[in-house]
Amino acid sequence: MENDIVQMKNITKIFGSYKANDNISLKLKKGEILALLGENGAGKSTLMGMLSGLLKPTSGEIIINGKPAKMENPREAKALGIGMVHQHFMLIPAFSVLENIILGDEPLKAGRIDYKKAAKDIEFLAGKYHLEIDLNAKVSDITVGMQQRVEIMKALYRKANVFIFDEPTAALTPQEISQLMKITHALSEEGKSIIFITHKLKEIKEVADRCVVIRMGKVIDSVRVAETKEAALAEMMVGHKVNFAIDKKEVNQEKDIFKIEKLSVEAHGQLKIKNLDLTVHSGEIVGVAGVDGNGQSELIEAVTGLRKCKTGTIMLNGKKIQHQSARKIAEAGISCIPEDRQNVGLILPLTISENLVLKSYYKKPISNKGFLNYKKINEDGRRMIKQFDIRSQSEKELVGDLSGGNQQKVVVAREISAQPDLLIAANPTRGVDIGAIEYIHEKIMEQRNAGHGVLLVSFELEEILKLSDRVVVMHEGQIVGEIDPRDTSSEELGMLMAGKQQAEEMGEIS
Amino acid sequence: MLHSRSLKGLAVPLISIAAGFIIGAILMLMFGYDPIQNYQNLFIGSLGDIYSLGETLRNMTPLILTALGFAVSSKAGFFNIGGPGQYLMGWFGAIVFALNFPNLPTVLLIIGSLVCGALLGGIWSLIAGFLRAYFGTSEVITTIMLNYIALYFINFAVKNWLASKGSDSSPNIVKKASLNTEFLQKLTNNSTFNWGFFIALITVFVIWIYFNKTRSGFEVRSVGLNEVASLYAGVNVKRTIVVAMLVSGLLAGLGGAIDGLGNFQNISVSNNLPSVGFNGMAVALLAAENPIGIIFAALLFSALQIGGLSISVYSNTPSEIVDIVIASIIFFVGIKYVFEAALAKNWRKKQRKTPDGGMDK
Ligand SMILES: Nc1ncnc2c1ncn2[C@@H]1O[C@H](COP(=O)(O)OP(=O)(O)OP(=O)(O)O)[C@@H](O)[C@H]1O
Ligand SMILES: [Mg+2]
Repeated sequence: MENDIVQMKNITKIFGSYKANDNISLKLKKGEILALLGENGAGKSTLMGMLSGLLKPTSGEIIINGKPAKMENPREAKALGIGMVHQHFMLIPAFSVLENIILGDEPLKAGRIDYKKAAKDIEFLAGKYHLEIDLNAKVSDITVGMQQRVEIMKALYRKANVFIFDEPTAALTPQEISQLMKITHALSEEGKSIIFITHKLKEIKEVADRCVVIRMGKVIDSVRVAETKEAALAEMMVGHKVNFAIDKKEVNQEKDIFKIEKLSVEAHGQLKIKNLDLTVHSGEIVGVAGVDGNGQSELIEAVTGLRKCKTGTIMLNGKKIQHQSARKIAEAGISCIPEDRQNVGLILPLTISENLVLKSYYKKPISNKGFLNYKKINEDGRRMIKQFDIRSQSEKELVGDLSGGNQQKVVVAREISAQPDLLIAANPTRGVDIGAIEYIHEKIMEQRNAGHGVLLVSFELEEILKLSDRVVVMHEGQIVGEIDPRDTSSEELGMLMAGKQQAEEMGEIS
Repeated sequence: MLHSRSLKGLAVPLISIAAGFIIGAILMLMFGYDPIQNYQNLFIGSLGDIYSLGETLRNMTPLILTALGFAVSSKAGFFNIGGPGQYLMGWFGAIVFALNFPNLPTVLLIIGSLVCGALLGGIWSLIAGFLRAYFGTSEVITTIMLNYIALYFINFAVKNWLASKGSDSSPNIVKKASLNTEFLQKLTNNSTFNWGFFIALITVFVIWIYFNKTRSGFEVRSVGLNEVASLYAGVNVKRTIVVAMLVSGLLAGLGGAIDGLGNFQNISVSNNLPSVGFNGMAVALLAAENPIGIIFAALLFSALQIGGLSISVYSNTPSEIVDIVIASIIFFVGIKYVFEAALAKNWRKKQRKTPDGGMDK
C-alpha cells in the first residue's frame, strides 16, 4: 500500500454523548480525487476536521505517508502537507486578502514581511490556476464567492500535497465551479491528492475517481464514480429514493406584490444599483441570475432595510417601504434568507430555538410585558426542528455546533414559517443535502402556490430555472435581460450572464 | 455535553485562584515569611468571626454591583471602564438626596436616596452609551474621561456646596437614612455590615432574570454576540447599546449609593478614583460575567482585602502580599485561553473549535 498518502483507520469522534463519526476508515492514493458524500450532519466536516488537525479523534489512527501522525493542531497537519479549505471560511475580516493568504506563512526578508514577494508568488499562482482575486481588498468588503477563492488560494499558496475541499462550490457561480474543477484536475495531474466534499452529484461525476458515502457517522459504501449513476449515489446517501419533481400549480399572477422603481444604491462610495426596475407578482417566483458581485447583495440589503437607498422607490402591496427600519420592513411582510448564514442569518452562540425566534421574540405570545416565554420558545423550537428535519441533539443546542447544512435549515425554517408576502431567498439551499434541497424547494414553491411572491437570488442556475416563473439577468447593478425558464437551458443562461460580462470587458478594452 | 462545558467554565477561575495563592506562597517563602501562618491569618481575619465576616460582606457589596455593571455592558460588547465615575456619582447622588430631604419617612428617604444615586450613575454611563451609539465614539475613552469629570466635579461640589467652610467633607446624613442599623450592628459585633448586602443579592437575582428571561436582556446578549445579525433581525442596535450602558451605570451607581448610605454616611473630597470601580472589572472577569459567579468572586476579593489587613497585624509580613495574590489571580484569568487550550488537550474535547462552528467570538 505504498501509494496510500493518507490512511484513516477506525476513526471515532464523540461530542459529549453524540457519536459524530463511528469507526470510519478511509484511504487516499497519490493523485486520487476522492469525493465524500453524505447528508447534512452525517459527519463529513468532522472527519476532515480530524485530518486537518482541528479536531482530535476520540479513538482511531491517522497514517500519513506510511507514518502514524499525531496531529495536535492545524500547524502540524500543515507541516505534513495537508491543506483544508473549510466549509465556513476562516478569514480575518479586518485584514486584506493578501494578509489573509500569507497569515501563518509570511515570507520574511530581514525579519520583516516581504509583501512584494508574497504578492508576486500569489499572482503567479492566480495566473496559473486562473483564480481571480483582488489582493488589496479588505476581506470584510468582498463577496462570499471571492472569499471562497481566497480560501482556495490559501491552500495553493501553502503548497499542500493533500487538498481537502469542504463544500467549496456552495458559494461559487457555475463559471467559478468549472474553473475549480479544472484546478482540481490540474492538481491531481501534478500528483496531489484531493478530497472533495459536495452535495452536488453532477460535480462528483465530473471530478471524482471514487466516492465514499457516509450516513449517520458510518461509511456506507465506497464506489468507483465512473461505474455509478447519480440516482444510485443519491439513494445510497439518503437511504431511499429521491424525488426531484416539483409541483408548480397554475396560480393567479396578476397582482403586483412587490415593485422596485428607479432604485439606485451606493456601497463603499460606488454606485452598485443603477436605476433598477423590478416587479414580483402574486404567486410568482422571480429568479435573479448574474455573476457574483453585480449588485445582488446590495439589492437585498436595500430591500431589507440594511442599506440606504439613494433614489427610487420600493413598494410592497402598494405601500412604500424604503427608508424604514429592518423590523418595520419585516413586519410589512418581507422575509429574507441571507447569503451569509454565519454572520448575518444566525447568532452562533445562541441556541437553535433562540435563533428561530430572532425575528419574532419581541411580539406576543413570546414576549409578554417585556418577559420572554422560554417554555414557548423551546416548544416552538422543537416543533420546527422536527418539521424542517434539523439534525440536532436538542432545541437548546448552540447553532454554532450544528453542521453547515443544518445551520442553513434553521435560517430557512425561521424565514419561511413567517409566511411572508415576499420571500427573498439568497442561495437558499447553499450547503444543504439533496433531501433537504427537495424539502426547501417544496417550501418555496408552497409560498408561491399560496399566492405570495418570491425573489430568488441564486448562483445555482438549475435551481433558478427549476423554480422560477421568470428569470432576470443582473449585470452592473441593472437588469439587462429577461428569459423564460421553460425554454432556456442552464448553459444558455450561463452564456447570457457571461456574455454580458464579456461584452462589457471588450468594451472597456476598445 | 452542556454539563461538561459548564464544568470547564468553572475550572479556569478555580485554577487561576489556586495559582494566585501558590505564587503568593512562593514569594513569602522566598522572603522568609510563613505562608501557612499568613494564609491562616488571612482566613481568620476575613471570615473567622462574626465581626470580620460582617466587614467582608459589607466590603463585597459595592464590588458585586460594580462587577454586575461591567458585566452588563460587556455582554453587549462594550468595555465600560467608567465604573469608578458611575460609582462616585451614585454615592454623591445618594448623599445629596439624604441631606436635602431628612424629614421624609425612613423608607421613602432610603429608597429616594438609592434611586437618586443609581440614576446619576446611570446617566453618567448613558452619556458614553449615547456617544457610542450615535457618533461611534469609543466608550473606552469617553468613560475614562467621564471618570475624571465625576471626580473633579464631586470634589468641587463637596467643597463649595456641601461642606462647611474649611472642611473637606459633607455633614453626615441623618441616622435613619443609614443602611447600617443598630440591629445589624448588634448582630455582627459592631461591624459596618449593612442592609446594602441584601439589596446587592437581590440585584444579582434581578440581573440574572434580566439576561435570561427578558426581551431587553435577550437583545443585549444578541447585539453583544453578533451585531450584524441583530441588525438584520430587526433589533434596534443603537437603542440596545444605550440601554445596556444605562443599566450598567445604574448598577455601579447603586453600588456607590449603598456605600454612601451604609458605609460612609457622608461624602468627602478625594484625590483618586475609588478602586472599587476598577476591582469590579476584575471580579466580573474572574466570574466570566456570570451574575451568580460574581457573588463568589466578589466574596473572594473582599475576603482577600479584609483579611489582608490582619496579615500585617499578626506578623511582620507586608500586607501587599495580598495585592500580589489578587493581581496573580487576575493575570491567570487573563491568560485563561492558555488554560483552555491545555484543558482541551487533556480532555480530548475541543468542543468549541469545530470546523463548522469555528467562529466562536
Ligand atoms: N462541536 C460540536 N459539538 C457538538 N456536536 C457537534 C459539534 N460539531 C459537530 N457536531 C455534530 O456532529 C454531527 C456531524 O457534523 P458535521 O459538521 O461533521 O456534518 P457534515 O457531514 O459536515 O454536514 P454538512 O453537510 O451539513 O456540512 C452533527 O450532527 C453536528 O451537530
Ligand atoms: Mg460540513
